[in-house]
Amino acid sequence: MLLRHAPDLSEREVTPRDLYLNRRHLLAGFGGMMLAGAGAAQAAVKSPFSTDETPTSLKDITSYNNFYEFGTDKSDPARNAGRLTVKPWKVKIDGMVGKPGEYDLDDLLKGMTIEERIYRMRCVEGWSMVIPWNGFPLASLLKRVEPQSGAKFVAFETLVRPSEMSGQGGFFKILDWPYVEGLRLDEAMNPLTLLATGLYGESLPNQNGAPLRLVVPWKYGFKGIKSIVRISLTDKQPATSWNIQAPQEYGFYSNVNPEVDHPRWSQATERRIGDGGGLFAKRRPTLPFNGYADQVASLYAGMDLRKFY
Amino acid sequence: MAIANLRIQPRFPTWPVYLAGLLPALFYTYQIFYGDLGADPAKTLEHAMGEWALRFLILGLAITPLRRELGIGLLKYRRAIGLVAFLYVVLHLTVYLLLDQGLDWPAIWADIVKRPYITIGMAGFVLLLPLAVTSFNAAIRWVGGRNWNRLHKLVYPAVLAGAVHYVMLVKSWPVEPLVYLAIVVALLGWRVWRRA
Repeated sequence: MLLRHAPDLSEREVTPRDLYLNRRHLLAGFGGMMLAGAGAAQAAVKSPFSTDETPTSLKDITSYNNFYEFGTDKSDPARNAGRLTVKPWKVKIDGMVGKPGEYDLDDLLKGMTIEERIYRMRCVEGWSMVIPWNGFPLASLLKRVEPQSGAKFVAFETLVRPSEMSGQGGFFKILDWPYVEGLRLDEAMNPLTLLATGLYGESLPNQNGAPLRLVVPWKYGFKGIKSIVRISLTDKQPATSWNIQAPQEYGFYSNVNPEVDHPRWSQATERRIGDGGGLFAKRRPTLPFNGYADQVASLYAGMDLRKFY
Repeated sequence: MAIANLRIQPRFPTWPVYLAGLLPALFYTYQIFYGDLGADPAKTLEHAMGEWALRFLILGLAITPLRRELGIGLLKYRRAIGLVAFLYVVLHLTVYLLLDQGLDWPAIWADIVKRPYITIGMAGFVLLLPLAVTSFNAAIRWVGGRNWNRLHKLVYPAVLAGAVHYVMLVKSWPVEPLVYLAIVVALLGWRVWRRA
């Protein structure tokens, strides 16, 4: 492995003092508990797209989530993802682009401004969090690889490595691996759409999709594909994992919509994880497009959102 | 009744069974006040109570096959097991009504009529009610032994409803609910096979 030491640090790379202190505070709060994959500090500039809602605790974000490659229980990713090797990491970019190739993640990140984006996250199961992501707009990456004029969709693929991803082995196949996701090109180019590299000012913990994951805050959480190894531009709507698994329950769009129920449960309300209510935490109403309607509702003008769920 | 060929028949009284049955509830009560129920405590409790209900229901269904096939006589403890199972069904339902839905009755009613897995779960609970109500010695006398036996066969559809309820609420096909369903189907299948 090649280890490089920067001769000096630019102003941008220095962790802001308040972030640093904040982190100290958090660690103290956990009694020094080590979290699998909690990584190196990552400098980030603030973003106007951030919500001012209180972020969910690092402990809850990193110990309660779905990442079926590591098991179906929401505590499985934190337990099992520690073994995943995330460096070196390559991302294949292919399809209808001017500059296809197998890129090293470090090269992709060169010149990208890492922003802190505090986003709401609404899981299709009816719970939600507020997560301070670090990352850069997917659009910045797409522009760099020059999409061709005929490209209409972006397809994503997660790593398949059963030796390190315990959920991909086993007798019962939970999903068809690799996990695949997709966006319409205009959704992908929307400034809200983020490729995340970290959270809470540090590099992304393995269980949250290290080293590179998608965050689309107005869609249900499962659209945010994790540990991405391939991004393809195409002129056809790509297949998506949960749609393959249960087409009547999970559509291609999967926009957060309180009016359109999951066939087996209501989507009208959600429980905010760790909002202080503890055992008696009240459900709160779910907002159309997860509260991002102002920025994205126009993408779906004229579409029947019951049909295109 | 073929008691003669029982190979194992414990003699201890039934109260330790009730006590053991309460341990999971005590454990979770402790967790509520002093422990850690995770990021979504209400869900954790809801799932835990539901799963313990299924486990005790399955244990109750296993008594007769164990007796006939392996000569293990546990009939004496079946009522305790059944009542403990019912306690967890009630706790599961209470957590759903109170903590999950926050006693939002319109939402709860909509769930019951619109969501098949909730409908089925609720049906299982309703089927168990007359069994719990008639679990006292006096009730057996009032109803009469034959009718009482017939009535308590309602436990078969109730347990099946519980296992199906679990399989129906998960995404994809995780192993655990399928294992519970397989055990329930095996225990009910054994009864069909015995009669055939």
